[in-house]
Amino acid sequence: MCALTVREKLAILSDAAKYDASCASSGAAKKDSLKSGGIGSTEGMGICHSYAPDGRCISLLKILLTNFCIYDCSYCINRSSSNVRRARFTVDEVVKLTMDFYRRNYIEGLFLSSGVIRSPDETMGEMVEVARRLRLEEKFSGYIHLKTIPESSAELVEKAGLYADRLSINVELPTDEGVKRLAPEKKPETIRLSMARLRQKMEEKAEPTLRTKKRERFAPGGQSTQMIVGADSTTDDGILHTSARLYGSYHLRRVYYSAFSPIPDSSSSLPLQKPPLMREHRLYQADWLMRFYGFSQPEILAGSSDGMLDLAIDPKLAWALRNRGRFPVDINRADREALLRVPGLGTKVIAKILETRRHRRLRLEDIGRLCQSIAKLRPFIVAEGWSPGALTDKAGLRGKIVRSCEQLSLF
Amino acid sequence: MRPAQLDLARYTVRLDAETDFSGWRDAARRLALNKVRPDDISWHVEPGSNQTDLPDVPAGVQLVVPRDFVEHAEIAFCYSDPGRFAFLYRLLWRLRTEPKLLSIASDPDIRRLETMEKAVRRDIHKMRAFVRFRKIGDGDEERYVAWFEPDHFIVERNSAFFVRRFTGMRWTILTPHASADWDGDRLAIGPGAVKGDAPAQDDTEALWRTYFESIFNPARLKVKAMQKEMPKKYWRNLPEASLIPDLIAGADKAAKDMIARMPTTPAPYHARLQAKHWPKNEPAEALEDQAANTISELREAAKGCRRCPLWRDATQTVFGEGPDGAKVIFVGEQPGDQEDLAGKPFVGPAGKVFDAILDDAEVDRQKVYVTNAVKHFKFEPRGKRRIHSKPNAGEVQACRWWIDKEFELIKPNLAVALGATAALSLLGKAIPVTKMRGQVIEREDGLRVFITIHPSFILRIQEPADKEAERQRFLQDMKQVKRLMAA
Repeated sequence: MCALTVREKLAILSDAAKYDASCASSGAAKKDSLKSGGIGSTEGMGICHSYAPDGRCISLLKILLTNFCIYDCSYCINRSSSNVRRARFTVDEVVKLTMDFYRRNYIEGLFLSSGVIRSPDETMGEMVEVARRLRLEEKFSGYIHLKTIPESSAELVEKAGLYADRLSINVELPTDEGVKRLAPEKKPETIRLSMARLRQKMEEKAEPTLRTKKRERFAPGGQSTQMIVGADSTTDDGILHTSARLYGSYHLRRVYYSAFSPIPDSSSSLPLQKPPLMREHRLYQADWLMRFYGFSQPEILAGSSDGMLDLAIDPKLAWALRNRGRFPVDINRADREALLRVPGLGTKVIAKILETRRHRRLRLEDIGRLCQSIAKLRPFIVAEGWSPGALTDKAGLRGKIVRSCEQLSLF
Repeated sequence: MRPAQLDLARYTVRLDAETDFSGWRDAARRLALNKVRPDDISWHVEPGSNQTDLPDVPAGVQLVVPRDFVEHAEIAFCYSDPGRFAFLYRLLWRLRTEPKLLSIASDPDIRRLETMEKAVRRDIHKMRAFVRFRKIGDGDEERYVAWFEPDHFIVERNSAFFVRRFTGMRWTILTPHASADWDGDRLAIGPGAVKGDAPAQDDTEALWRTYFESIFNPARLKVKAMQKEMPKKYWRNLPEASLIPDLIAGADKAAKDMIARMPTTPAPYHARLQAKHWPKNEPAEALEDQAANTISELREAAKGCRRCPLWRDATQTVFGEGPDGAKVIFVGEQPGDQEDLAGKPFVGPAGKVFDAILDDAEVDRQKVYVTNAVKHFKFEPRGKRRIHSKPNAGEVQACRWWIDKEFELIKPNLAVALGATAALSLLGKAIPVTKMRGQVIEREDGLRVFITIHPSFILRIQEPADKEAERQRFLQDMKQVKRLMAA
């Protein structure tokens, strides 16, 4: 086998990494290079430096250290039974690529993952070495996200947290049964334990140490995970249940949903179809309802017949249509919690409503100026000079809203 | 040159530059304090005009505006619309009589201000995203130069960001309106430039283009979503953008090919890896049914417990802890948040209270085994918290399998039921714990069961005096347990 060039390796090892949905570079602690004289900064909000035609942002150099892997997870392009081309970067090559890309402002930083070769510790050790070199030798202050191998040792994870902004461990599938069936060598128990240990470590390091009274650095951007959607038969309700459990148990910053995508040289045990992108989108919306809109997980789909999110309308509107007794809500009087339940009102608009109504009463057209579309919202609110009357309880309301939203988007 | 026009305005303000905010501010202050109406002013940019004909600020008066107006105005000032100077003056004028104006989000002027600010912020953000440096020179001569075309006058405002990020680099950003140059030490804002002033290529762009092509998933084509965030106007200065049309054109075929391709036979190394790393002869599943002869074997067996559904949401089985020859077994209800993470019983807040009181009662920890009636944490997730829920009778019953075995192996001469769930587990029936607290019940098999409350009960009491009283009662209970252990 002749040696691959860096460019060939990059093609193989970024192709191998693209099924991981996470690309966030946000949530890191503020840091810059003014003092160190080095390169790099993170300022809270991440920056997407480019967009691929799949609509996904390119914020980080997302690559695998190697796509050789001893695991045989059927949904994964890098599984040991796949005939995909294999490659392996050296630590030097990853460090140089990251710095070369960062200096030209192509990226916010590095998202390094890897197939597992020989042993989890050996692979994790090399990933940590990349991060160490970037931080200490290159004086790099940009974003580093390391995928953590669940079986690796506590010392390596500790070091990873010292250099990385974010750590993540993928739960892969919403149920343990799914993992056992599609990723027979992975242990869901170990994945949970690793996430639990990360949370414990983050809480431990958030306390000032006794001696120096300073907080030690440990993955200030928190931990995240990814679930593949549509590779097994779990319902949306089941998926959201798992997310709620993960947020509650391990204080994840994000759960990413990745519509199962056909992969080159795929396994016969999986559905060969286009990825369910709309379903993925609705799951993200429902996830938002849990994290920012005060919804508990069971309410989101309570009363639905099949435990699946409605693909035609957003989950908040679907919930409102099932819970019309809670509407209309008075825009000029309702508290924030009640406003958050109104379809079409986002957190920013609600903040503006609350601020504005301290000084004047809001009419329907005022609300119209503040948010994108009034069609979705009209049946659910009372405003100065506006009451929906029987509209809220009208039988054909869902169809009417869907139609008016379609007309708007056609314009 | 300005077109000849009939200028009816009483005052003409000539600003030094498109970004001359301090000039605008000074003029606006003078005019507003002299009560000059917005309609009576016309605003222009004339570099080097050194204007001296504006009215002086009247003695003894001050212009008071809300603090955040200046911040808003500074951002909107970057907006590339010649009408912005007059618009911002109108806002200032209205603020004199409507001090709360900035809070009225539905006001058309405030909507406009917000639209302007949003456009400027977006432009600033997109500049941070889409500037592409090209390297020239090597070693000490190494420099990074970029050509960028912003929509608004943002170079000055945005330069500090690039300094913070690329401190250790010498760089220049050229734009049609202005340029920013950092020599590693000092930032200089200079005149505008043309595209030809920037380097035409950089070898690393070939790698970047390779990355862009490879990270794209043709099965997820969403061109609109891409263009919304990366509008075409930016494409001409992005080295990766020329790949986009071909990627889009080939996507459907590439995706269909992936779906159509038959699964292949694994390469020979797959079998070797399987044999080496995943030998198939693990008898792990059967472990639970084998008779465990020690507590550690039992603990191992309980790891995979599926006797009730609680394992699904919990992290792990939290088994009992203590010496094999313990004299007493304390039985709590179930692990909590901290116990679930740590895999050990009584390490959370209630466990700390319990530990402290056992110490006060001088109970010998070498003779104590602690465990729970239910070995998985049952909870409701509520955001980032887990709210404890009480295990039901079925779950308690399912877990008795483990409790019974713990008692069989340790053979203590006393059990302590901490709370109602523990009592239910140990006695097989619900009893009123507060009423029977302090009593010893002898089971049919001769085991003595001491009844008391769960230490978390103490934690839940708000009133300090009541809390202390309850703690004292629990301490008395533990002292009695110590006496019973000796008996």
